[in-house]
Amino acid sequence: MAIYAERKVSAFIQDRYGPMEVGPYGLLQTVADLLKLIQKEDIVPQKADKPLYKLAPIIIFTAVFAGFAVLPVTSGFMGSTTEVGVFYLLAIVSLDVVGILMAGWGSNSKYALLGAMRSVAQIISYEIPIALMVVCITLISQTLNLQEIIFQQGILWSETEEGAQNYLFGIKALGIETTTIGGFLTWNILRSPTMLVGFLIFFVASLAESNRAPFDIPEAESELVGGFHTEYSGFRWSMVMLAEYGMMLLVSFLGAILFLGGWNSFFPNIGPLKLADWTTGVPGTLAGHLWGAFWLIGKALILVLIQMWVRWTFPRLRLDQLMQLSWKFLTPTAIILVLLSAIWRLLMI
Amino acid sequence: MANQIQYIFDNENLNRSEPAKFSSDDLQRDEMIINIGPQHPSTHGVLRLEVVTKGEQIVEVVPHLGYLHRCFEKHAENLPYNQVLPFVDRMDYLAAMNSEHAYVMGVERMLGIENDIPARVEYIRVLVAELNRLASHFLALGSYGMDLGAVTGFFWMMRDREHILRLLEWVSGARMLYNYIWVGGLFYDLPVGFEERCMEFVQYLKPKIKELEELVIQNQIFIQRTAKVGVLSADLAINYGITGPMLRGSGLAYDLRKVDGYSVYSELEFDVPVGKGEMGELGDCWDRTWVRVKECYESIKIIEQCLNRLKGEHQRTKSFDPRAAVPKKIRPKAQDLYIRAENPKGETGFYFRADGKSDVPFRCKARGASFVNLSIINELSKGGLIADLIAVIGSIDIVLGEVDR
Repeated sequence: MAIYAERKVSAFIQDRYGPMEVGPYGLLQTVADLLKLIQKEDIVPQKADKPLYKLAPIIIFTAVFAGFAVLPVTSGFMGSTTEVGVFYLLAIVSLDVVGILMAGWGSNSKYALLGAMRSVAQIISYEIPIALMVVCITLISQTLNLQEIIFQQGILWSETEEGAQNYLFGIKALGIETTTIGGFLTWNILRSPTMLVGFLIFFVASLAESNRAPFDIPEAESELVGGFHTEYSGFRWSMVMLAEYGMMLLVSFLGAILFLGGWNSFFPNIGPLKLADWTTGVPGTLAGHLWGAFWLIGKALILVLIQMWVRWTFPRLRLDQLMQLSWKFLTPTAIILVLLSAIWRLLMI
Repeated sequence: MANQIQYIFDNENLNRSEPAKFSSDDLQRDEMIINIGPQHPSTHGVLRLEVVTKGEQIVEVVPHLGYLHRCFEKHAENLPYNQVLPFVDRMDYLAAMNSEHAYVMGVERMLGIENDIPARVEYIRVLVAELNRLASHFLALGSYGMDLGAVTGFFWMMRDREHILRLLEWVSGARMLYNYIWVGGLFYDLPVGFEERCMEFVQYLKPKIKELEELVIQNQIFIQRTAKVGVLSADLAINYGITGPMLRGSGLAYDLRKVDGYSVYSELEFDVPVGKGEMGELGDCWDRTWVRVKECYESIKIIEQCLNRLKGEHQRTKSFDPRAAVPKKIRPKAQDLYIRAENPKGETGFYFRADGKSDVPFRCKARGASFVNLSIINELSKGGLIADLIAVIGSIDIVLGEVDR
């Protein structure tokens, strides 16, 4: 689905139709592509390090899709309930790097090796701003549980926890209590002014984390042909590709959960207009599930759309410029934000 | 063996990438050889580069040519002058009209009929050549953006280039290899209504180039990737014989359309844009790209003037025959002649030697601008990163058909 969307979005940006032939409006194009890829010969280079080469796509694929297990899709449903969901996600996302390095080394190709080295350098440097942003969120929310983080960002918090109070920007003195107003006013980006900047940092870093343009230098089609997956073909290649799209979706979900209120409704309660109540079902009921899934998936898809928009608009950065952005700009800002968030948390209470 | 894939792997195959300048024995510590091309997305054809790198840093670049060699010069020695024209098209296949124009001027000068060509014919020649220059620059700009990762710019440019190719197809019947400008005239007059349609198109085009400027050329990331990369000083450019937008990007206003004023260019008004080092240093990749963008505007200016004159003083008349001056037999007197013209990529020249006894040239040497411009690649990319090498190749704007001929 994401692949189809990407092709259509890029086509509309570039004045084209995109896939039109297979199925109505080319809807079945992705299926056709997958069928074709599965039928392809599985080429393993003669001089490749075969165990590493064969294992790498599986590791990349598993690492990314294991991340989806802990995502709370609705208020009442998540694959696996863990108290340390955020940590688990960070760990699993980093595991991806191992697979990429294995693929690059195992291919025994100079292009793949260069691509893998770039990729590892990039993902490790962008892990730090992401991790720091997660620390910010944890400081504000005082929990590592993804579900609880979401509950705090909506009208349901006061129902699940005694004495829970939300204020706009977390400032009591401002006197705008948003506990029962909900909507976008209680999202983490508005619970503390630091989070507005934080979300930008998170978004940029997540682009790099999922190897998307303008940070797609590990693949850098025009320089390294395909980067770490240059030598892969057929089914293994499609696994690597699927993992890339999976990663894109995963970081978008994470962004939506941490900053944009997860499955909480966008609309606030305005006086008698109980928009937030109407668009949030009671947890556990069918309405709750449907509304939750709708909001979360909707938000994630909008983030994915922005990622695509960025990809098809910007040129690619050079490796050293990329590192500069991470170490000289994003990381220092992130560290300052962590400090500010800590202070803010003290002021909030 | 019937259902098996039949290729026998020989361990020697791994070492068989001859000819190569470097072997693994020549390398210093930490160095490695990367072979870029001939099948590589950003070598713009079948260019093969042998790159010695230290990690990602480039130590030396050796271009290997000849993958698209089609013996143009030998063909030319075996065919009558007018039959060489299709081969001239195939040299720089992105700007065939410009090369044809240069070749035809040379033959006409040898025959001594250059002053017999009607003005309308000359204006049409300049018009189609400038349209072709636009198409060539569009491809250069678009694919340069794509080399740096901005794919959308490429598609926008290809879309507008397609309009030009359709116009030229209307004129000559072919999209890229026209064989339209003949010795002593033209294949046909412009089709009826062409002037109006072309004028409409030019008006449509101006905002589109502006759009590209905003999307790609002025983009902060694009500037970071190209400014201060591949800096070419004017002295070095002259020493290497670099011409065209590359030379002008280094700050020298040298344009043969102005210097020689051949054909009717001396009667037309246009500027010669030069690089000023606005974003980085004078003569960097950004300057070269900027010169190309500016030249697109200048070409549009020339096209508008040509169209106005073709509708005004050199109007189409019923009795006008573009083939009136086409000679029945082309047999120039014994002489040597060098003719040159400003192609989108630089100076394209033809050196003829006629023996006065036959219809075929005794010798026809072609000077390909891309070939000469490519020779600088080692100087420009040494010490940079692999990403910079790609930026440099794109900014040179080579066409392999012209490099190998």
